[in-house]
Parts: sequence; structure tokens; C-alpha cells
Amino acid sequence: MNEQLKRWNPWWTLTDLLTMVERNLTRYRRVPQLLIFSTIQPVMFLLLFTYVFGGAIRTAGGSYINYLLPGILAQSAVFGAIQTGVGLSEDLTKGIIDRFKSLPMARSAVLLGRTVADMMRNIFVIILMFAVGYGIGFRLGGTWSDALAAFAILLLFGFAFSWVSASIGMLVKNTETAQVAGFIWVFPLVFASAVFVPVESMPDWLQAFAKVNPVTVTVNAVRALLLDNATDIDRARYCAEAIGWIVVILIVFMPLAIWLYRKSE
Amino acid sequence: MAEFAILVQNIQKSFGSVPALRGVDLSVEKGTILGLLGPNGAGKTTLVRILTTLLQSNSGRAFVEGYDVVRDAGLVRQLIGLAGQYAAVDENLTGRENLIMVGKLYHHSMREAAARAAELLEQFGLTDAADRTLKTYSGGMRRRLDLAASLVNKPPVLFLDEPTTGLDPGSRLALWKIIRDLVSDGTTVLLTTQYMEEADHLAGTIVVIDKGRIVAQGTPAELKSKVGGDVLEIHLADVLRTNEAAKILRSLTDATPETDTELGLIRLPVSDGTGILPKAIRALDISHIDVGDLVLRRPTLDEAFLKLTGHRAEMM
Ligand SMILES: Nc1ncnc2c1ncn2[C@@H]1O[C@H](COP(=O)(O)OP(=O)(O)OP(=O)(O)O)[C@@H](O)[C@H]1O
Ligand SMILES: [Mg+2]
Repeated sequence: MNEQLKRWNPWWTLTDLLTMVERNLTRYRRVPQLLIFSTIQPVMFLLLFTYVFGGAIRTAGGSYINYLLPGILAQSAVFGAIQTGVGLSEDLTKGIIDRFKSLPMARSAVLLGRTVADMMRNIFVIILMFAVGYGIGFRLGGTWSDALAAFAILLLFGFAFSWVSASIGMLVKNTETAQVAGFIWVFPLVFASAVFVPVESMPDWLQAFAKVNPVTVTVNAVRALLLDNATDIDRARYCAEAIGWIVVILIVFMPLAIWLYRKSE
Repeated sequence: MAEFAILVQNIQKSFGSVPALRGVDLSVEKGTILGLLGPNGAGKTTLVRILTTLLQSNSGRAFVEGYDVVRDAGLVRQLIGLAGQYAAVDENLTGRENLIMVGKLYHHSMREAAARAAELLEQFGLTDAADRTLKTYSGGMRRRLDLAASLVNKPPVLFLDEPTTGLDPGSRLALWKIIRDLVSDGTTVLLTTQYMEEADHLAGTIVVIDKGRIVAQGTPAELKSKVGGDVLEIHLADVLRTNEAAKILRSLTDATPETDTELGLIRLPVSDGTGILPKAIRALDISHIDVGDLVLRRPTLDEAFLKLTGHRAEMM
């Protein structure tokens, strides 16, 4: 046995992950535009919808900003996920993935390092959106611990979609395509949902989709937690549905992304 | 098996229906340099990627320091350093951060990683640029950082895919020296190159690969001798008389001279060495053709390559 060889230490799975998370967060630090654009967009949506459409959209009980903010939070989690695929395809085209694959590091750290870093970016985005929302009249209806539960669901939701995006990023292998492809799957999900308007206002055929749409389900759960506008039973059901979707997405797309990563040449 | 740092047995690899390697065998002794020479698309990068565990072959086996590159990939990765054909570095990090990150992924402590990074930055002349992000680096600087990254773990086996492409002459010489120093300390190096001069200069053994097959193998001297005898190279003072001179020279030997009418250059393969010299000068003199320059030399690797692959190596 060569004296240079070290036996695998399970602890390294974690340290490699941290090294990769740090590396990916540095990207946001060095290219602040990435962070600015991923926050300006939801802030704009929040302001535009509140002041332009807010008067025209009727929602049950409370002001429109109260209805809208939970939706925008879910929207920004999904939009943010697009960046996961963009970042990964960038790594693939720039060849740095080759460097990682030639190192004796944990194989999981490349993908997890990216999705976890994007989840940490989402913490920042959610706090910022919450602050802006408060500034223009949003008021929490539920307790702070309910609000924390809502944040946790939003983070996990964004994390799950990061894996969808990672799979797409590795399929298209091209940064621009990953960006465009991202919007193609994200737009229908976000707009045919309860993010901006109640699902009941849509035509029947669209309602069928919008009701089961994971974005709607998540928004319902987040609204119930932030606004305390549902019965306890409904709230529990919404949360269970949201977590169910998150689990399903992770079960499908985590192995898919890992498989695509393994076979990427 | 273990006296070989690298052992390749009948490796085949296709991309879809495109064959990239069609049964390659080779071995590299410890502490030596093997130069893998071949034109574009020959399969050099594919072989390097298989040996560095980035890619799996369709059939055949390969070993690095006795470890199977597929079955023991995790061990192989601890023993190799790779500088691929395109620099694999992170654009958004500084030079130093890149090297430290690689050190940490080799599971060195933060202090070790930082010390090694500083050492390598110094060695590759990047100390002044160490704390700038790579966005501000030139192509050659990125290349040097990539080479530095391949040495972080002081690997016993080093793979360099066209390491000097894009380097200025000064950096190239510096890298040649670094490579020779590593080898004299016991490192084994497999390097691919399109520069004949480089293979000639560095490699103890050269393997010529073309269209996924090895077409020749040997020391630089052996390969040159495969092309036959010496070459008589004549530069004419008057380029317009190139063809006329070539005809005269052909009558002196059986071989057909290679001519370049723009440069007034004639290359003539000769078998009897120095005996041809006075005859050639006299014959040209009788016809009043002025000779600007005349040399009798061993064939270059370039010519050997041309002969072995049937086409000229693309020069970068
Ligand atoms: N990922 C890939 N997908 C499809 N074909 C590939 C892939 N990589 C290489 N090839 C093909 O395999 C063959 C060998 O390519 P390779 O990159 O190994 O050549 P090379 O000797 O390194 O050439 P160069 O001097 O241009 O770098 C080529 O025909 C190339 O088109
Ligand atoms: Mg190549």
C-alpha cells in the first residue's frame, strides 16, 4: 500500500460539502448581480402586483398584500431554483467539474454543495422579501413559530426545485439554455397557481391543474401559517400536502440529478 | 505490474458510433516521462480522461500505480494530478482560493493547504496575482494556475494534457524545468503534446497515436531512425530555380526530394550520409545554381510523425 493513501473518513463527506458550499456562496459574493437580480425581480412583482393589480383583484378577507406576500415568497423560491441549473451548467462548460471528479472528494458534495448554497441564498431572499412586505403593509396573522414553520417549508420547497433545475442544467449543459429552459418550466407553475389570484377565479380546465400544482399547495400552506386564515384541519392538510410534494420531487429528481452527474462526460 | 506507474491494456472507447480509442496498450515505468503525440482527434484527451477516472472505457483495463482506474477509482484519485486540456479552475475565486479549495478537497488541513498554495503560487510566478479573481487572469496565467492545482497533493503520477499550449516561450521553458525536476524526484509523467520539439525534449518514450490506435512507439531517436537515414536540406539563393535544382539532385540519388518553391528549399533523404555532400555541391555548381545554405541532419520528429501517420501534425 502506498504510504500516501488515506482511508476514507466519513467526516469528509461533511467537510467536502462545506468546502463546496463556501465556494458557491463566494460566487454570489463576487458576482453580486446574481443576487441583486434574483431579489429585484420578486420585489418588483410584489410592488407591481400590490399597486397595479391590487385594487382589481378580490381575495377573501384582508388586504391584497397579505394575500400576495406568501405567494411571492413561493415564487421567488422557484425562480431562485433556476440559478441552480444555471450555475451547474456553467461549472460543466467551464470544465471545473473535471477538476472535482479527479479529486478524492465526496461525490455528493458537488451537487449538494450547489443546492445547499442556493438554499442559503434563499434565506437571505426570504428575509428581504419579508422586510419589504412589512414596509408596504403586510401583517403577520399567525404566531412567530408558525412563521418559522412557513419559512422552513419555503426553504425545503426551493431546495426540492433546485434538484429539478440541477437535472435540467445537466441535460442542456449550456448556461444560456439552462436559463431559458428554466423559465419554460417555471412560468406555468408559478402563474397557473394561487400565487397571485385565487384558483377559483380560473376556468375549470386550468383549475384542475392549478389545484394540484405544487406551487399552489405550498402557497396554501404558507398562507395558512402566516395569515392564520384557515381552520386547524385545513392548515394541517395544506402542510401535509406541501411536504408530500417536496418529498415526491426530491425522490424523483435527486437520484435523477445524481445519475446525470455520474454519467456526464 | 507495480513497477509500472501506468499500465493500459486494450482500452477501447466510443462516443456513440464514433470510435475514439480502438484498442490501446501502453506502459509507463515509474519515474519516467511518456509523451503521447498525435494530431487533433487522435484520442489523446480521451485516454487521459480514462486514466484519470473521469471517463469509463467500453472495454479493456487500466492501472495507475497498480490500482484499477474503475474499481479503485477513489485510491487512484489520491495518487494522480491532472491538468486537462482546458484549464479547470474557478473563475470567481482568486488564484490562492482556488489552490486552497483543492487542498481542502484533498483533505489537507487549512494550514497545510494555505502553505502549499503559497509555495505553488511562488513556483508558478503567480504570487503577485495570487489574490485577484481569475476574471483578471490572462489565458497563460489560468493555465499556470491549473498546472499548480494539479500539483497540490504532490502526486506520484501526473497527467498533463497539452500543458504548454497557450504559454509564452518563457513560461514554457519554466514548465519544462518544473517537469524535469519532478521526474528527477521520482514523479511519473504522462503528457500529451502536439509540439514535436516538446516530446523530443522531455519524453524518454514517445507513443504516436492516430485515429485511436498506436502507430509507433519508442525513444525519440528510435522514432527518428524509422524515417530512414539523414536529410540533406538545401536553401537556394534563387528560389526560382528550385525545381531545376531538385531535378539535378534527384539524378544523384534514388530518392525524391521534397521541395518548397516559395522558400527555395529542398529536402533530400539520403542513405550514404556524407558521401552525397561534395557530389551535390559540385552538380549544382556546374549548373551555376547558388546555394545559400546547406545542412545534413537527422530527420526531425515532425518528419517522423508525417511518415508514421501519413499526415502532418497540426501545429498550434
Ligand atoms: N464527449 C465526447 N462526445 C463525443 N465525441 C467525443 C467526445 N470526446 C471526444 N470525442 C471524439 O473522440 C475522438 C478523440 O477525441 P480526443 O479529444 O480524445 O482527441 P485529442 O487527441 O485529444 O485531440 P486534440 O488534439 O484536438 O485535443 C474525436 O473524434 C472526438 O470527436
Ligand atoms: Mg485533446
